[in-house]
Amino acid sequence: MYILKRLGQAFVTFVAVITVTFGLIRAMPGGPADYIRARVMRNRGSEGVSMSEINSLTEAYTNFDPSTPVYVQYFDYVTNILQGNLGQSVSFAGQSVNSLIIKAAPWTIFLLTIAILLTFAVGIVLGAVMAYREGSRFDTGSTVLSMFVNSVPYYVAALLLVYVFSIQLSIFPQSGNYAVGLEPGLTPIFIADVFYHAALPVASLVLTGFGGVAITMRGNSIQEIGEDYIRVAHLRGVPGRRIAVRYVGRNALLPMYTNLMISVGFMFGGSVILEQIFAYPGLGNYLLQGIHARDYPLMMGIFIVITAAVLICILIADLTYGLIDPRVSAGEGKEAY
Amino acid sequence: MAETNSTFDATDDRDSTSDGSAATRSELYKEWLDVAVLAPLRIAWNDWRTKTGSLIILFYVLMGTVGPYLVPAPTQGQGPQLAGPFQSMSYPLGTNKIGASLLSEIVYSTPPVLKMILAGAVFSTVVATIVGTVSGYKGGIIDSVLTTLSDIAMTIPGLPLIILLIAVFEPESPYLIGIFLVINSWAGLARSIRSQVLSIRDHSYVEVSRIMGASTPKIIVDDVLPNIMPYVLINFVNSARGVIFGSVALFYLGFLSGFSNNWGITLNEAFTNAAIYSLDGIYWLVFPMIAIVGLSFGLVLFAQGTEKLFNPRIRARHAEAVDDTAPYEE
Repeated sequence: MYILKRLGQAFVTFVAVITVTFGLIRAMPGGPADYIRARVMRNRGSEGVSMSEINSLTEAYTNFDPSTPVYVQYFDYVTNILQGNLGQSVSFAGQSVNSLIIKAAPWTIFLLTIAILLTFAVGIVLGAVMAYREGSRFDTGSTVLSMFVNSVPYYVAALLLVYVFSIQLSIFPQSGNYAVGLEPGLTPIFIADVFYHAALPVASLVLTGFGGVAITMRGNSIQEIGEDYIRVAHLRGVPGRRIAVRYVGRNALLPMYTNLMISVGFMFGGSVILEQIFAYPGLGNYLLQGIHARDYPLMMGIFIVITAAVLICILIADLTYGLIDPRVSAGEGKEAY
Repeated sequence: MAETNSTFDATDDRDSTSDGSAATRSELYKEWLDVAVLAPLRIAWNDWRTKTGSLIILFYVLMGTVGPYLVPAPTQGQGPQLAGPFQSMSYPLGTNKIGASLLSEIVYSTPPVLKMILAGAVFSTVVATIVGTVSGYKGGIIDSVLTTLSDIAMTIPGLPLIILLIAVFEPESPYLIGIFLVINSWAGLARSIRSQVLSIRDHSYVEVSRIMGASTPKIIVDDVLPNIMPYVLINFVNSARGVIFGSVALFYLGFLSGFSNNWGITLNEAFTNAAIYSLDGIYWLVFPMIAIVGLSFGLVLFAQGTEKLFNPRIRARHAEAVDDTAPYEE
């Protein structure tokens, strides 16, 4: 029942996001039909373009026919996208948005998965150690460091890293996802090169992200350490390591699930500027190209795909949260007061 | 806040036994000033994080308000091209490729950023607090609807949405841009406030208010909100930080027109020219970075130290007008 509810909610969210993009396309000054008309006229001269031809072209590009009533347009648009058809790209001639996305998405997902896992691993371990050494010099130092890195925007770190390590010192590659001329495949050289190219983008996310996680983890752990059941466990003679991991650690981690969900969305959003800085051919990079070229189908398609990815991550987090914290599936939903 | 209100109640009780309303009213104001303004300031000053944070924020506020009167506007040829920092008083932080003083560029970037922060942080905090407390306290259908709404808003990736919105609507006012920048960040705050409220609503004193027949809005304002104030304030500061990050990112990407100076614009100019110069040119990149990081570091420090401000017991200890045995301490 719980699973069904979450799935339903995710579906509603997805349709809502599609609706938002539909509204945005229609709110665009001039709208896509004008834009496509201008493009076609530029290519063939003003004669020889009929209104119906423009309409059918617009339908091929954006999934709805501007001559029909709004609700029909909306229905066409939503059903087409739910069937997985995101339209044709205008600026990348002859390519469907789907094929562009299939090409770009793995890179973004690869980059972000590594970055998120590393950020949380480093942050959680550091935060837990800080909590256990509360008040020590190590704690004070790490807290200040965490607060400092937390206030550095990831793109500022990225710019600095690129400037120092790629442009000036030439230790790391400045841009791209793998070296030019390398044959993609599951060869050790290729994989090593991919990681080599991902090092700086991942580093800029992890270096600026772990601080926030560490501070939250520290706060949660300190609160848990002060609880009565921890003292009882000590008195009962439970080994310290077991208390640290199974009692304190687990309970301090629970509230961070929401943080994880939020930071997934945040990082996917952040990939736009990060990929621009590193010229990394992921979703964010194509999104920017789409916006600069006023390529509505491309930018809305990527926007929808990024949203879907975030949605899936959140869904996974939600479902597993029910497994590790049985209280969620039980109590919350009742009308209280 | 409930604590302050209960102080008023307490003094009212004492007033009824004493005579002369004019004197007691000024006493009342004095006490209010002491409890609500001076005590928090004293606590803030006692914690090095809030102290440093407030000083940093004050510095930026001064830079945004007084700064433009003290520093000349950046123009071409204020000094030689690409002069290093700390060489001349007319361009203390060096100059860029066209000879404009970096200090001027940085100072003149501040006012619009402060306006965006103000609008964005106020908007997102207010919306998040209302949505979070109502949905957490009420539960049931209202909770499901509000939670679904914030889930939708939270799921939409922020930066791409903001870029799309700005590309479509092309806002010019810094206040409007500030609100656009937090267009969906209230949702995350609302969710975390909601989970705080969920644990508060079952506390016994809230139950007492309910039994006494207090209305839901009154319970939310008097009993629930004071408890989540530290959370709200920290979230206010965090969304301020989000506005800085977002606005500089948009300026860096060149999506906001209509402003001639921003740290993001300076960063972009420095970075696009970076490959041409040696490591000596790094000051051009580093000074706007210091400006960005400095402000958000100040905000983070402030938020981390502020937690204490809202603890009524600590505040009572620092308020001189209230002795420790006053009924308000309970």
